[in-house]
Amino acid sequence: MSSAVQVREQGADVERPLLEIKDLAINFRTSNGDVNAVRNAHLTVMPGETVAIVGESGSGKSTTALAAIGLLPTNGRVAGGQILFDGEDISNASEKRMIELRGSHIGMVPQDPMSNLNPVWKIGFQVRETLKANGLPSGPDDVANVLSQAGLPDAGRRAKQYPHEFSGGMRQRALIAIGLSCQPRLLIADEPTSALDVTVQRQILDHLETMTTELGTAVLLITHDLGLAAERADKVVVMYRGQVVEAGPSLELLRNPRHPYTQRLVSSAPSLASRRIQVAKEQGVESSDLLAPTEPVVVEEALPEDVLKVQDLTKVFKLRGALGKSTDFTAVDNVSFSVKRGTTTAIVGESGSGKSTVAQMVLNLLTPTSGKIVFDGVDTSTLNSKQLFGFRRRVQPIFQDPYGSLDPMYNIFRTIEEPLRTHKVGNKASREKKVRELLDQVALPQSAMQRYPNELSGGQRQRVAIARALALDPEVIICDEAVSALDVLVQAQVLNLLADLQSNLGLTYLFITHDLAVVRQIADHVCVMEKGKLVETGSTDDVFDSPQQDYTKALLNAIPGAQLMLPPEVA
Amino acid sequence: MTPENNATVRGTAVRRPIEHFVADFDETPLHATDKVKEDHVPLSLWGEAWRNLRRQPLFLLSAFLIFVVIVVCLFPGLFSQIDPTSEACQLANSDGVPAGGHPLGYTQQGCDVFARVIYGTRSSVTVGLFTTIGVVIFGGIMGALAGYYGGWVDAVLARINDIFFALPLILGAIVMMQLPVFRTNRNVWSLVLILIIFGWPQISRITRGAVIEVRNADFVTAARSLGVSRFRSLMRHVLPNSLAPIIVVATISLGTFIVAESTLSFLGIGLPPSVMSWGNDIQSAQASLRSNPMPLIYPAIALSITVLSFIMLGDALRDALDPKARKR
Repeated sequence: MSSAVQVREQGADVERPLLEIKDLAINFRTSNGDVNAVRNAHLTVMPGETVAIVGESGSGKSTTALAAIGLLPTNGRVAGGQILFDGEDISNASEKRMIELRGSHIGMVPQDPMSNLNPVWKIGFQVRETLKANGLPSGPDDVANVLSQAGLPDAGRRAKQYPHEFSGGMRQRALIAIGLSCQPRLLIADEPTSALDVTVQRQILDHLETMTTELGTAVLLITHDLGLAAERADKVVVMYRGQVVEAGPSLELLRNPRHPYTQRLVSSAPSLASRRIQVAKEQGVESSDLLAPTEPVVVEEALPEDVLKVQDLTKVFKLRGALGKSTDFTAVDNVSFSVKRGTTTAIVGESGSGKSTVAQMVLNLLTPTSGKIVFDGVDTSTLNSKQLFGFRRRVQPIFQDPYGSLDPMYNIFRTIEEPLRTHKVGNKASREKKVRELLDQVALPQSAMQRYPNELSGGQRQRVAIARALALDPEVIICDEAVSALDVLVQAQVLNLLADLQSNLGLTYLFITHDLAVVRQIADHVCVMEKGKLVETGSTDDVFDSPQQDYTKALLNAIPGAQLMLPPEVA
Repeated sequence: MTPENNATVRGTAVRRPIEHFVADFDETPLHATDKVKEDHVPLSLWGEAWRNLRRQPLFLLSAFLIFVVIVVCLFPGLFSQIDPTSEACQLANSDGVPAGGHPLGYTQQGCDVFARVIYGTRSSVTVGLFTTIGVVIFGGIMGALAGYYGGWVDAVLARINDIFFALPLILGAIVMMQLPVFRTNRNVWSLVLILIIFGWPQISRITRGAVIEVRNADFVTAARSLGVSRFRSLMRHVLPNSLAPIIVVATISLGTFIVAESTLSFLGIGLPPSVMSWGNDIQSAQASLRSNPMPLIYPAIALSITVLSFIMLGDALRDALDPKARKR
């Protein structure tokens, strides 16, 4: 606690920044020569202040923060500028000095809770290691104390467990405990919650905030999420291509962005305030206006019919237990919903809610334990192999990981051509023509045809995956977290593309996602899933404006910056 | 908590004004979001691996040595015109010292050591090369089927694999070579067959592991949901993506098969004495090791360099084909 008091006193006397980065330049040596990862970066963190660095992947935000704690990768070096920690230039400090500073003065909470705890050591041991390294008392009580401060219940027992016995949220708490165990004056939190569910994320961030406020710790928060940054930080620094483009008070920056990049970022960040992407919505409004009221006696077929109907779908997995006994795990429990032709239905839920299992069953890649899936009037479980082949043509998936869903050995042409060749569509020339058209549709240049997936960015790969899904002119596309791995701007681009394609081609989407803000932009209907059960369904507007279930409300509330992103007059 | 009081609660003892900084637009121009880079030629995985390899001294050295070994193997006449066969050897030259035209001296039988080293290359490398090819084909098929289909196919094939894995290569070969059918037909091909029988489990395991890793990749699921059949997606997507570790292990084991051939020949149960090979030469030179060690040392050096260069090539390939090292 003494350090916190000290900080306050210092703050009162002279306003000296705790961390000041001036004109920082960082270079990486690569096989293609030096690359400027960061240029002219500058930021200040005052004692006790929370500063967020926001940027998309590759913008240099993590690199800047790692330089401040002296943990740049071996091929990176500070090429210019200064990093002042409490007035001392540490940009080229000796390793010995950095070791003194790390832990006791500058703490760090890393990004991925799954890989940042050593799986062979108990949690308690890993906390004790930190305490010991910084010359603090490290008895079992001290360890338990540190863990319980980070919000781990029953810390004494938990300290004796191994990382695999912890959930993601608990691991992140343990990492926060380690980062704050020596009561550092500055805590660098590198995307501390990006791997966690929104509700867990909220708990963790709330707790982190309480702790750092109590200890008077300054926090340098690195995030890709503008809403989260604005909600949690006093000051936001926006980085773009290695440069700081804008910095300022968080609310001011969010409501009155001045740099074109920040403006772009603010306008494309999906939020609860955003509306259904317009192209499709307009059409939807028109058709219902034209059809429903003016022609009251419409024949059944003219109404949008259910292209996909899921009834009482259940999937039970057998988990291997001790002594060869297997226990049942119900991943999907009695789920029913239907999808109207030409609309988007979103299935929302946190990890483990069974939403992806539903997608796999709809794609006929998993066999349901009970219940049925009716596609265009036909129960998909009754299809023989030839009919299944035809079904595959009409229902196509787009997967989450744009790095994993394209065969790295296939160039883009072969990737998009594969479905055509498999279904023996056309000859070589007509297939090539079709591939060119598809590339146009997803706004990729035709010169990309000869490239390999590893040369494309995540968003481009996702567009290739969309082109491949479109190749056979399917009726339904199942998007399994199709935009979750993408940066905000790219995500907005892909969502717009999907909306355009829907209005041009009359596609039906089943959109699986954990991100409610995205749902708001793309979906007409929402199904909320929790632990395998469907807890709420309804039109997007109904569910967002008046959620009926507590779980849905909790999900909506947990979206970072949900309130902030609303236009000022609403908030 | 509304945003406004959020700031006040969070604010420390002193409220500091925070300046709103905006970078110069000219210095931070906006780029088109997600533009395709068109400034370089497309590169496949193999193309990229080749580009990395070209710059690696380890690869260049081993490739050069292997090239020399292969040339010697194909055209031994280019390097030595002397007939190294026992019939042409002059006992008068027994254990002779190096002389003009015979740079490495003579064996106890009076044969030219240099010529024997040169002509012995062919059988050693042939055994290594064909054993490796056989092992990759057989072990690869077994491993790929076990890994891809899983379930009972895997259970059966993996157990067979384990049984063969438990049999030591050399010991197994010694026993097999004693069988009448092999004893009467000792030649390069029978040796290759026996080494394949005991050498396949390693490649099979590697293939199985690589296939299991790839079979759950999203692109395989994507291919299946496009309607590509199971077997076709194994051949088209899974196997090509599992090749890298197989190639690495195969290259390294090529060296060990050459050693195995020499070991068996040294023990007198590999290639018959009528076939010139490094193992046979080392074995026959062993008798005069004290008086004239050179006839033993030179084939041993040739053997070591050949084996070493294949192992180095394997190492270089491993670095170049490492998927983790690839840019995403």
